[in-house]
This record gives sequence, structure tokens and C-alpha cells, in this order.
Amino acid sequence: MQALTKRSKLVSNKKLSFIEKLYLPAILGGLKITLQHFFKKKVTLKYPEVKREFAPVYRGMHVLKRDEAGRENCTACGLCAVACPAEAITMEAAERMDGEEGLYREEKYAAKYEINMLRCIYCGLCEEACPKDAIYLTDRIVDSEYTREGFIYGKDILVEKVDDRIDITKRKKKKGE
Amino acid sequence: MPKVTIDGKTIEVPQGTTILQAARMIGEEVTPPAMCYYTSLKTSGGYCRTCIVKVSKMSEANPNPIPKPVASCRTNCEEGMEVMNYTSPEIIEARKGVVEFLLANHPLDCPICDQAGECHLQDLSYEHGSDDTRYEFERRKFKKIDLGPFIQLHMTRCILCYRCVKVADQLTDHRVHGVLNRGEVSEISTYITTAIDNDFSGNMIDVCPVGALTDKTFRFKSRVWFTNPVSAHRDCEKCCGKVTLWYKGDDVLRVTARKDKWGEAEEFICNDCRFEKKQTLDWTIEGPAKISRHSVISANHYEKMVEPSLFKLNDIKPFEDQ
Repeated sequence: MQALTKRSKLVSNKKLSFIEKLYLPAILGGLKITLQHFFKKKVTLKYPEVKREFAPVYRGMHVLKRDEAGRENCTACGLCAVACPAEAITMEAAERMDGEEGLYREEKYAAKYEINMLRCIYCGLCEEACPKDAIYLTDRIVDSEYTREGFIYGKDILVEKVDDRIDITKRKKKKGE
Repeated sequence: MPKVTIDGKTIEVPQGTTILQAARMIGEEVTPPAMCYYTSLKTSGGYCRTCIVKVSKMSEANPNPIPKPVASCRTNCEEGMEVMNYTSPEIIEARKGVVEFLLANHPLDCPICDQAGECHLQDLSYEHGSDDTRYEFERRKFKKIDLGPFIQLHMTRCILCYRCVKVADQLTDHRVHGVLNRGEVSEISTYITTAIDNDFSGNMIDVCPVGALTDKTFRFKSRVWFTNPVSAHRDCEKCCGKVTLWYKGDDVLRVTARKDKWGEAEEFICNDCRFEKKQTLDWTIEGPAKISRHSVISANHYEKMVEPSLFKLNDIKPFEDQ
């Protein structure tokens, strides 16, 4: 009869030899493989005590950067929001008052800046659109929340603290890249 | 009726038509950009040099070319004239230089500027400029001048097109601002600080091709591409009352004159309509204003779907530019 597929195999019903009938060599062979694994490098990590380093291209939670003097870089230009394919970013701008020069870098700043982390798809287009080096995606993970409202991150979470800077040098693009 | 050929396209125009006007009659594909020329303002044009074209044949009577590029907004058409605009590599290169000069002192503060998104200089530099700057010196700085409660002046962004001066001369009863000084240090100023409060002074905002004169009541309220333009009108004893309302949610953030496809105001509006009437109840809404699909303002705007039973299959056309 013609085979239905090319991959079909004939089943042999060969009688086992004496050695094979003992089963012992096969068991020993199996134990040898198990033993070998004891001495191999472990593929797992003891999270959360040990954390795996992310790839430099990993895109996690956003950060709004400050400059060296601690002033906020974001000027609420809206380019991230218009670039965002998920429409996750909203903002409101305000004018910098006299005496606030140490807080904000430019004449205008974001009074409100919100990212809906449930809408965000972590594509990184906001980072690419930003003309002011203000928004970067980091290797931090967005925490779980009890409510949907909790995922709307405001400036209190997104802006980095003056004394606790987030390192983004790995994600910074070189000129011409 | 002189016959003029621009980039290989021939058109018959009335006597006294400029090359720029003739090009606009033919269509966008041959029209040079213009930063200072404004159709409805007399004596405007001739300052910015972005509309330069090459006249390869002066006229039927004098078939010699004009040796240097000419400003198309100030040169009249003649019988048998042949003009090269985008077909001349020389002109494209020269225009690149003009754009570079315009940008030499223009600050790179588009992220802050309220004009960004509808700025003619942005479009110009994107379409006709180079993508890098060679200018290494410090840009101009000015003392801030307060022009009153309605108009915000950013002198650093000014390209000295004189359009606002012509508006004040031709639309208002007396002009209180002008261009002081000369050359590199020339600036728009009121000299003795006075508020500009004439009834039609708000039109300076609409004619300004850059963000030098912007609406103070709209300052930093929203970026233009987050607002929805809606055509509306009202009975106004001072002006035509035909405007574009810029909505964000249910709020009217800004009122401007309606712009035609060359970015020029169709009809000028008064300050009452522009600054005082910011309630939907003040206006009769006509419907959404048309925006070019290529404009950033059309980003994230969705037009309402037409009920499928209302159109026939043959009516479906690919997207067209407005």
C-alpha cells in the first residue's frame, strides 16, 4: 500500500535482547544524565534576592529626567503624546513663574503629565520623539495595582528624584544613530 | 493677457499679475513658498526672498534670461515669459541658503512655541532647508516688551516679514508698533511701551508666519494638534464673524480667522470675536474645519464614519488632500 505521508515509519516489533531485558543499563544511563546536571551551571535565579540584568534594549517603566542642575527637562511640547500609538500620554502645560528657574529648565513646563500604564505598549516611540532628552524607558518593572486608576502614573512617580537618579546611559542614542 | 510658463505649465493671466500669483493659479506643485507676501495686504512681499525663481526667458520681445534669481512676489508676468522654480537645481540650492539665513537667528524653541504645528517657518525649513545648522554664534537676545493683554511678542522668533506692520497700517486706524533699528539689530517694538488694543490688532497673530506674535489668551494652553478646529460664525457688527474655533473637549481654547490653502486668512476678524467670545453659545457651529491630511493637526483626529448604506460603492475614493 502506498504510504499516506512521507514521514510515516514502519513499527518494528523486534524482540529485546537479554541485556536489554535486564533494564539496568538503561536505568544507569538515565541516572548518569541526572547526575551530570548537578554539576552544570544553573539556569534559574533566586528572584527576588538575585535579579537578572536586562538587555540594554529592554523597555520598561518610563522616567522623566532632570538635568545636572536638577531641573526638569520636560517642556510639555506634546511630541511624545502625538507619537504615542496607544494614546497613553496626556499632559497640561504651565508657564514658569519668576523664582522657579531652579525647578524647570525652560519657560514652559508640564504641570500635569500622566501615562496610562495599561494603555502603554512600551514601544519607546515617546523616547524617540522627545526633543529635550526628557523621557526614557528604563529597566524598571511596573508594579501591580489593586485598581485601574492606580496605573495612571503622574509626575510624582515618573519624575526622577533629585537625590535618586535613574541611569539611562545605556539607552541614550549616540549622535547619528 | 500675458501667457506665462512656470515649470513647463502655461497659463494666461491678467496684466499686472505677479509670477507668484500666476503660480498659485496653476497649483501647489509649481508655487514657491512665501513667508512675507500676503495677498490681502498691499505692498507686502519682497523681504524674505524665499519665493525666488529663475526667469529663463524674460518675454517674447526680449528672450534673454534674467541673470539673477528674482523675487516672484514682486515681479510681474510678461508675454511669453518662462519661469523655472522646482525644475531649477540652482533655485533649490539658493532657497536652501535663504532658509539657512532665516534660521540663523531663529531660536530652536519649537517645543515651547505655541505656533509649532502651524508654523510656516517649520514647514519651510522642513521642505526647503537643510537638516543641519552651520551657525555657531550666539543668537539674538531682546528685552521683553509687553504688548498688552492679548498679544504676546517673542522678538527672538521674528523673521522681519513686516506683515504685522502692514496689518496695523491697513486694518487699524493708527499704528503704534513698528520695526526699530536696522540690519541685524532691527526689532518689532512699540518704542514707548504701549498696549496694542485696536479692534483689529489681533489679526497680527494670524498673519505672523512664525511664533513671534501669538495669542496671549491661548498661551501654553494646549499644543495646536491636541485641539479640534471647527468652523463657526456669528453676527458681528465689526467684522464678517466667520472664524475657526479650536476646541479641546468642550472648551473653546482659541478663535482664529479661517485660513485658505496658502495659510492666509480668508477674512480678517475683530478682537471681540477673537478674544472675548469663547463660549460655544456665542457661535453658530457649521462643522469641522478641513485640515490637510499631512498636517500634524490632523494627527489623532478621526472623522465620523458615514453610514455604509448612505454611499454607493462607486463613490468611495482614496483619501484626498483638502
